[in-house]
Order: sequence, then C-alpha cells, then structure tokens
Amino acid sequence: MTLKISQAHVDAMLAQSRAEYPDEACGVILGPLGKDQTLRLKPMINAAHSPTFYEFDPKDLLSLYREIDDNDEEIVVIYHSHTETEAYPSRTDIAYAGEPGAHYVVVSTREEIAPATEFRSYRIIDGVVTEEEVSISE
Amino acid sequence: MTTAIEVRIPTILRPYTKEQKVVAASGETLSAVIADLDVQYPGISERLLENGALRRFINLYVNDEDVRFLGGLEAPVKNGDSITILPAVAGG
Repeated sequence: MTLKISQAHVDAMLAQSRAEYPDEACGVILGPLGKDQTLRLKPMINAAHSPTFYEFDPKDLLSLYREIDDNDEEIVVIYHSHTETEAYPSRTDIAYAGEPGAHYVVVSTREEIAPATEFRSYRIIDGVVTEEEVSISE
Repeated sequence: MTTAIEVRIPTILRPYTKEQKVVAASGETLSAVIADLDVQYPGISERLLENGALRRFINLYVNDEDVRFLGGLEAPVKNGDSITILPAVAGG
C-alpha cells in the first residue's frame, strides 16, 4: 500500500505539530468510505496534553465516528507527532493501534532530523508495523 | 428475555461478529451485556475487559454517554438502548 496525500495536508500536519510542540499533536484525514482517499484533514485535541503521549478525548472520538458515519466517510489517516524521537511508531503506538484499515502517520518535530524522514507512514495490524511509501501530490 | 440492545462494533472487533457492524444483545447492566456478547461471539469480552475491569483504551458509550460517567460495568441499560464500542485513538 502507498499513502497518497497532498502537499497541503503534509504542510498542515507539520505546521500543527510545530505549533503544538512541546506537546504531541494529533488528528485524522477523512475520505469517502472504501476509497482510501485523503480528502479532509481534521486536527484533534490531544487530551493527554503531553510531550510523550496522545489520546483523542473520548467525547471527541464518539463525535468523530458519528460524523463520518453520517457522511459515509472513513478514517484514512491517523497522524500524531513525536516531539523528540524519530518518526517511527513507539511501543504504545503499536499496542493501542485500533484501526487496521488506517494509515498511521508519524511526524517528528525533532530538529536534527532531516526533512525527508520527518514524515513517515505505516500500517499497524495485530502488533505488526509495516512502513509504506508516501506519494505526495501538489 | 428480548435481545433489544443494539451494540455497535468497531472494525477491529468485527472478526468476532462475522463482520457485522451492529449486533443485538441483552442484559440489565453493561457487564451483563458484555457477558451475553461473549456467549454469542466467544472471545470478544477478552478484548473489552482486563482482570474484570474495562480496558483503559477501549471506550464504551451508552446512548452517546461515556460509561465511565454512568457507573462503568455496572451502568444500567434497558431495551432500546444503544451501546457503542470504540478503541481509543492513542499512543506515545
């Protein structure tokens, strides 16, 4: 699988991650059901307000699922930032990954990391992490 | 006993429910509903409970209210109620 994403969405995730530093930033990109298309980016509040953890507020989570059900959408991407470590899923990312159909994007805001590695995408299914290619369009 | 409580199942648990998104269950408390679900779909309660308590990173809602504010496993439910199960979106 390849994650296909627009430069505008990449820029938005990076900007949000920098803006919310030193806390981890998080959000989703939604698209029409079954199409694997990244259409609508929705930043979410990190209810944990932490540099080492993120969690969608349970109330926001329910609203999100109601919204996508009503709109015949699905969660295509779940993204969050790592503030001081590389853009690779942490043990807790793997343990709690609950959407087998989603692309899990990790953005690193660690300054010394080269731009090319700041932004990576994975599938996380049954505890197994598979990195995938990212195809960025204008 | 009627089976009139609707339970919405997240993608990750649908292998237990033969890919059904919505299933019916019965019980007068959340705990009883989970026990009934486990009779119908063996193994599913293991994904919801840990040492007899709700798992920290599974969210359950009765009629859109987080069960943590309704008494947790002892939350009362009745026919016509809707229970939604959602895995937390969380990590480090």
